[in-house]
Amino acid sequence: MSDEILMDIKKDYVLSKLRDGERIDGRKFDEYRKIEIETGIISKAEGSALVKIGNTQVVVGVKMQPGEPFPDAPDKGIIITNAELVPLASPTFEPGPPDENAIELARVVDRGIRESEAVDLSKLCIEEGSKVWLIFIDIHALDDDGNLMDASALAAIAALLNTTVPAERFEVGEDFPLPVRDLPVAVTSLIVNNNILVDPCRDEVSVGENFMTITTDQDDNIVAMQKSGSYLLSEEKFYELIDISIAKAREIRELLKDV
Amino acid sequence: MNEEAEILKRVGEKPQLIIDGKRLDGRDFEELRPIKIEAGVLKRADGSCYLEMGKNKVVAAVYGPREVHPRHLQDPSKAIIRYRYNMAPFSVEERKRPGPDRRSIEISKVSREALEPIIMKELFPRSGIDIFVEVLQADAGTRTACLNAASVALVDAGIAMKGIVTAVAVAKVDGHLVLDPMKDEDNYGEADLPFAFVIRNGKIESISLLQMDGRMTADEVKKALEMAKRGAMEIYKLQREAVMRKYQGEEVE
Repeated sequence: MSDEILMDIKKDYVLSKLRDGERIDGRKFDEYRKIEIETGIISKAEGSALVKIGNTQVVVGVKMQPGEPFPDAPDKGIIITNAELVPLASPTFEPGPPDENAIELARVVDRGIRESEAVDLSKLCIEEGSKVWLIFIDIHALDDDGNLMDASALAAIAALLNTTVPAERFEVGEDFPLPVRDLPVAVTSLIVNNNILVDPCRDEVSVGENFMTITTDQDDNIVAMQKSGSYLLSEEKFYELIDISIAKAREIRELLKDV
Repeated sequence: MNEEAEILKRVGEKPQLIIDGKRLDGRDFEELRPIKIEAGVLKRADGSCYLEMGKNKVVAAVYGPREVHPRHLQDPSKAIIRYRYNMAPFSVEERKRPGPDRRSIEISKVSREALEPIIMKELFPRSGIDIFVEVLQADAGTRTACLNAASVALVDAGIAMKGIVTAVAVAKVDGHLVLDPMKDEDNYGEADLPFAFVIRNGKIESISLLQMDGRMTADEVKKALEMAKRGAMEIYKLQREAVMRKYQGEEVE
């Protein structure tokens, strides 16, 4: 119960600040918290990355192994994305199989990578029709202080950039870097009344989980979108969100170039 | 469907989807598939609807407002809404394993979120409104077909709402935007963009569901939205007619 009261107080605070045109942490409406990307932190994984956006932290590990291709794509590698919202990351996360939030998170991250064709899957065929590389992208939340979505998407592409295909271990040739040819970036905003708050922190989300995620590729094409939350979105806000997301993604993409 | 496309499909190649300015099933770019809607088709449910959209066949049922089980889910200030999207094992070419998979869990979530804002939940504290949709036959666009059916079922159940939800998708195939894509256009197309709108007093007021996968420019997305809005208005008319048909047919006691 005390939690609910606290939430209400936070909500009032966020809203009263917004009336003055400010965010509770002093950021501009379209300003991200500080982003840090560290790669290669898990040597047992084929690729890995730790991304921090403010206090939010996510680790993504990439594991690869040979496996059977899908019958309709006999010469293409396969991407499998999974997310675990482990109880260590938030008092509201429970142990057990992924709930709808974890599933949505994994699927939206997956869509960004898949639809931008970031990984050249045609270079991941070992033996046509029988053996291709499986890429497991596992998202592991460590600390949820808001916007796990963007942190996870960023960590996923950073981990892929860091991935070496373990061909020698499976005796199918020489190791080679995973062919990554695009840099999809997800930008999530919170829609509060008539405001768009990019990269919402946990306290801001107390006003309602009204999210919109737009993922763009390096040519500014939109490759994935997801409206998440029980709210109604106006057309004007939607158009505004597209422009903001493209602009922000360009900035974040610069960070990936140093990875 | 033309023969050439059938053969290409069998060998796993992408068929040409637009031939002489027409789609494989003969439709224009901005033409919906034939739609059939019938309200009140299930006896036990409080509200129900059967809907066909091209080859899609779906049934929606609404139960409630009713007591919530398990009881700890009750909300003393408003009703809770549950939405379950489920595909029958025989609804697709290759048998689908029964039960929820990741895709249907995601669809259930975003569909519930599309309907929640229009249901006047505060009128039914401590109660639950359950919406169940079953896909009997699938041919792309099942989430939109199900939402359209669920919307009518909610009206049929007499649930107070601020508007009606109408959903339709737009796809990009062979470089063209097309309304209400069917299976091949969804499989081999470049992008798929499902929308749901809230329609109130005969006008589109806002967007309640929006997803996208594929690749589109910002301008194409804007054009797709305009196209979807026109399509939604057509579907809305049919939803309205279905409700009217049922209640005009009933004798007044």
